Amino acid sequence: MSDYSASSDHVPAGAMQEISNHPRSLLAMGDLDVHRLGEILTLTQEFRSVLRRPIPKVPALRGKTIANCFFEDSTRTRCSFELAAKRLSADVITLTEKGSSLSKSESLRDTVRTLECMGVDGFVVRHHASGVPARIAAWVDHPVINGGDGAHEHPTQALVDLATLIEKWGSLAGARVLIVGDVAHSRVARSNVTAFTLAGASVSVCAPPTLLPPGIEGWPVTVSEDLDAEIPEADVVYLLRMQQERIVDDPVVPSLCEYARGFGFTEERARYLHSEAVVMHPGPMNRGVEIAASVADLPISLVEKQVSNGVAVRMAVLYLFFAGIP
Amino acid sequence: MKAQGEAAACVLDSDDMRRAVSRIAHEVVERNRGAEGLVLVGIHTRGVPLSARIAEEIAKIEGVRPSQGSVDTAFYRDDVGLPPRVPTGPTSVPVPLSGAHVILVDDVLFTGRSVRAALTAVWDFGRPLSVQLAVLVDRGHRELPIQADYVGRDLATERNETVKVRVTEIDGFDRVDVLSPHRGVLFE
Repeated sequence: MSDYSASSDHVPAGAMQEISNHPRSLLAMGDLDVHRLGEILTLTQEFRSVLRRPIPKVPALRGKTIANCFFEDSTRTRCSFELAAKRLSADVITLTEKGSSLSKSESLRDTVRTLECMGVDGFVVRHHASGVPARIAAWVDHPVINGGDGAHEHPTQALVDLATLIEKWGSLAGARVLIVGDVAHSRVARSNVTAFTLAGASVSVCAPPTLLPPGIEGWPVTVSEDLDAEIPEADVVYLLRMQQERIVDDPVVPSLCEYARGFGFTEERARYLHSEAVVMHPGPMNRGVEIAASVADLPISLVEKQVSNGVAVRMAVLYLFFAGIP
Repeated sequence: MKAQGEAAACVLDSDDMRRAVSRIAHEVVERNRGAEGLVLVGIHTRGVPLSARIAEEIAKIEGVRPSQGSVDTAFYRDDVGLPPRVPTGPTSVPVPLSGAHVILVDDVLFTGRSVRAALTAVWDFGRPLSVQLAVLVDRGHRELPIQADYVGRDLATERNETVKVRVTEIDGFDRVDVLSPHRGVLFE
């Protein structure tokens, strides 16, 4: 497990492409073309209506078994994948690092092969190291869905965000998205830049230079350090989580307080948004750091909408990637 | 229109289709003694416009337009292992089905599998008093114990033939053809 977990924290979007180019798996946002994206959005709409029925369940994945491997902590991604699988009538095994034989130092490969020998039909993988889902996809004979890996990608979060905006506006063509915060450590930023660009939006990022990844010049984005100048232009302000656990080892900002002063989305800053603009955050939020507590609960905030779309989007992904397996 | 190596024969033209829909509408109201409590549910794709036409006819006969819904069977299919199908239209039923008489409407009844799937879908919306089945064409070759209550036309077909229904709402014209694999000159 150590041979690929080291030095992978600053992988630019697309660098994993040779490994990720695995048609039956969803490892990065770049694995999806416009056609596939359209299918996912159509399916999401259908599953949203399934979830509103008296019996919010369909037999589409009856007889399939999905291993939900969450080797890093998660609330919304893990629970929404689990619920999505159950709403599709699949059987689910949820595995975490602490409760599995990984804590008895079984190798990751042996762990996932063991699950496969038990007859699992597909995997959802979350890991703190970039590239683990791609590695697992090479070891197993079934599809792997990336549930977030290190600072690499989090494709289903990007799909949730697209579905949320498209539900609101119908299309993202020509929309201006402003991503604010710790882009360097953010897998969400990498997947979302690809997703928003694919959907026809233009993306700018705003962060102090210490929170920008090397190679950002190669991304399809404009870069700025002046948040106050960018806000009036934005249709979407997308706030990234300050990863406080990383700041202890790697002081990329002088203090959270100082970060909040320069880049936190306060009520004062929210006043400069135009009247149709919205605010998004992938969660979990640090209220008072990247987003003021009061802003998160304003009507312009789509944060709760993002969470409620999580189940329908993940149903669409599981259906598309797992329903065709013999 | 002809695919290579296939011969097409028109079995219902637009007048035949109009008469068939009208007769089905009459039979539905006769059997259910009016339009009270009826919900017409079309199976995507061509069952949906056909169900709208039957509803229209019933409205002319009874002065009451029955409720209409639609189902897509994509999430209810039994062909495990085939590539997943993205629904072609919404599954929506505007009224609770508990206590309703549901008329499922499809263009062609063949193996019975899509009707089986549609029945499962309908059950997620409540417990209807009864479910009846109306089809424009019954072409035989059932693989399940399912039969139609209202049939526009019974067609004796070979298994390897294709019955192609075209409706104005989707295809621009009304016609039903049987496409046969070419075995010498059958139709010209």
